[in-house]
Amino acid sequence: MWWNALLLALRAIRRNVMRSVLTVLGIVIGVAAVIAMVNLGGGATAKVSNQITSLGTNLLIVRPGQRVGPGESSVAPPFKYKDLEAIRRDVYGIAAAAPSASSSMKAIFGNLNHATTVLGTDNAFFSVRNWTFEEGRDFSDAELASGKAVCVIGSTVRTELFGAQDPMGVDIRLGKFSCTVIGLLQSKGQGAMGIDQDDLVVIPLRTFWRRVAGNQDVSMIQVSARDGVSTAKVKADIDRLLQERRHIGANEDDDFQVRDMKEVADAFNSTMGVLTALLGAVAAVSLLVGGIGIMNIMLVSVTERTREIGIRLAIGAMAREVLLQFLVESVVLSSLGGVFGILLALLASWGLARGLNVPLIINVPMIVVAFLFSALVGVVFGYFPARRAAKLDPIEALRHE
Amino acid sequence: MTETVPVLALRGITKVYGMGQAAMQALRGIDLDINEGEFVAMMGPSGSGKSTCMNILGCLDSATAGEYRFRGVEVGGLDRNQRARLRRHFLGFVFQGFNLLARTSALENVELPLIYRGTPAAERHRMAMQALEDVGLSEWARHKSNELSGGQQQRVAIARAIVTRPSVLLADEPTGNLDSVRSIEIMELLARFNREMGITVVMVTHEPDMAEYAQRIVRFRDGLIDTGEGGDS
Ligand SMILES: Nc1ncnc2c1ncn2[C@@H]1O[C@H](COP(=O)(O)OP(=O)(O)OP(=O)(O)O)[C@@H](O)[C@H]1O
Ligand SMILES: [Mg+2]
Repeated sequence: MWWNALLLALRAIRRNVMRSVLTVLGIVIGVAAVIAMVNLGGGATAKVSNQITSLGTNLLIVRPGQRVGPGESSVAPPFKYKDLEAIRRDVYGIAAAAPSASSSMKAIFGNLNHATTVLGTDNAFFSVRNWTFEEGRDFSDAELASGKAVCVIGSTVRTELFGAQDPMGVDIRLGKFSCTVIGLLQSKGQGAMGIDQDDLVVIPLRTFWRRVAGNQDVSMIQVSARDGVSTAKVKADIDRLLQERRHIGANEDDDFQVRDMKEVADAFNSTMGVLTALLGAVAAVSLLVGGIGIMNIMLVSVTERTREIGIRLAIGAMAREVLLQFLVESVVLSSLGGVFGILLALLASWGLARGLNVPLIINVPMIVVAFLFSALVGVVFGYFPARRAAKLDPIEALRHE
Repeated sequence: MTETVPVLALRGITKVYGMGQAAMQALRGIDLDINEGEFVAMMGPSGSGKSTCMNILGCLDSATAGEYRFRGVEVGGLDRNQRARLRRHFLGFVFQGFNLLARTSALENVELPLIYRGTPAAERHRMAMQALEDVGLSEWARHKSNELSGGQQQRVAIARAIVTRPSVLLADEPTGNLDSVRSIEIMELLARFNREMGITVVMVTHEPDMAEYAQRIVRFRDGLIDTGEGGDS
């Protein structure tokens, strides 16, 4: 009986290809929209959250100034080296704390030059930010203490200035002084918000003070918490310590900020999750509309095919066989719509992922759900028209024009 | 025993359409026996109740009162599904308007009743091709019904009706939409299936020429049968 219903349904679908295509169009678009949206949302989330976590989720960034807007800070006195020492000494649970001061400068080698960021810091920087060395080494204590003119370069700077040439031990010029390359950092690729993390030259903090800044300011402190230590607790400790050192009263606003990267990542992930769900929901509505479209066309089709139904009944079809045929027709159509929708979605996800430069993440459970849902749409929205067909009176159906 | 039981037996059949004021008595007490292997023509003025009677005989409609026995089985007591089964296994229909499925090949049209019977595909195909050959249309098996002429369509309809080897074939004005040459072809087919396969044929017609093919004519007038039996051609 099922097999017969399927045979009859397939013959009926084949008999009117155009109508069948129009019937499933809504489902195709609905399914494609849901899957593409969810895939794209997933890809975008993964991309940005990877960038954030690549900074390290145990990372805290301490900067002077209030938080004014995203990435912006109002003017406030910079930190002193003693602030860093206090953090290293008094805050419990930190793995490393790195001071830094930076400036945009031109790096020159031979007749090539490249505008980059020069960062004065110490070896803690490499461990806080999980830098590894492709070649060479970090700073020696003597170099740090005496402020020697040595530098570690990022892979972008290396490519720009040296191409394939080995940069080790070569002198490059940074503004008015030259320094010797002692290390090359492993490439990290694009960072959050499209910033190239590899575009930097690292020199000892003391060298930076003496040769670049002309003062002894620390403009940023990066702290990494030890594994298993809550970053929130470390943040609170740093807050308290700096409030004390910078003489901030109980009712005053902080003139510095401590940003917990884990917090940022979590906030971002939950925002993106909501956004993806929202996009998916909008797309799901279109799937529903597609279902109503199926019902609509199936109803029209039942009216249009009244005589056909009469013929079937006269020939000896039972009411439930007619019901089953129409139900199977609608399920086959909507499932076909689902399949084509999935193919379209994969194509669209792939295209969009390339176009928007996000990773292609195929949400397989979502595809399965969308397919099952499209079949379900066929059952739900096909039932009413099918029942209507089955209830027709054979004589009246035969007389129908 | 079975020899003596008529295939179709109507006793005091009445049919009332509508209710109350609007009630319309289409049949007013019909008694009719049709024996196995007979070819019966029903004639009578328009509105005299021929189609109504055919619908009851075909188990498409039920009588308001009276008794209808099909091969000795009381049909009045059957439900919708049982009547569908009875149609499926024992009855074939030919309509005035051909009633083929549009945009469907002649072959698929003829296969249709076999699908409802659950006949396996190979067997179904063979039987349908045989039926098309019987009506002289095996060349046209793959043609869509709307690509066929009226006469050809009616022959496909006949093939569809006899493909299951029904015991009774009911034809309501089968030649009503055809010219006389085509009509004669159809009548010869019906007469042949009646003769060769022993299918009982009951046919409604307005044309005396067509009624000639029948062994017996039943005349309707105002919901009653006019003269009893014996109206030999
Ligand atoms: N569904 C119906 N509802 C109400 N009245 C009906 C219905 N079907 C038939 N009738 C009436 O019953 C009477 C008999 O109709 P029927 O169709 O049996 O006539 P007929 O002998 O087949 O006529 P014709 O030769 O024109 O086909 C007619 O008066 C018709 O109007
Ligand atoms: Mg009639």
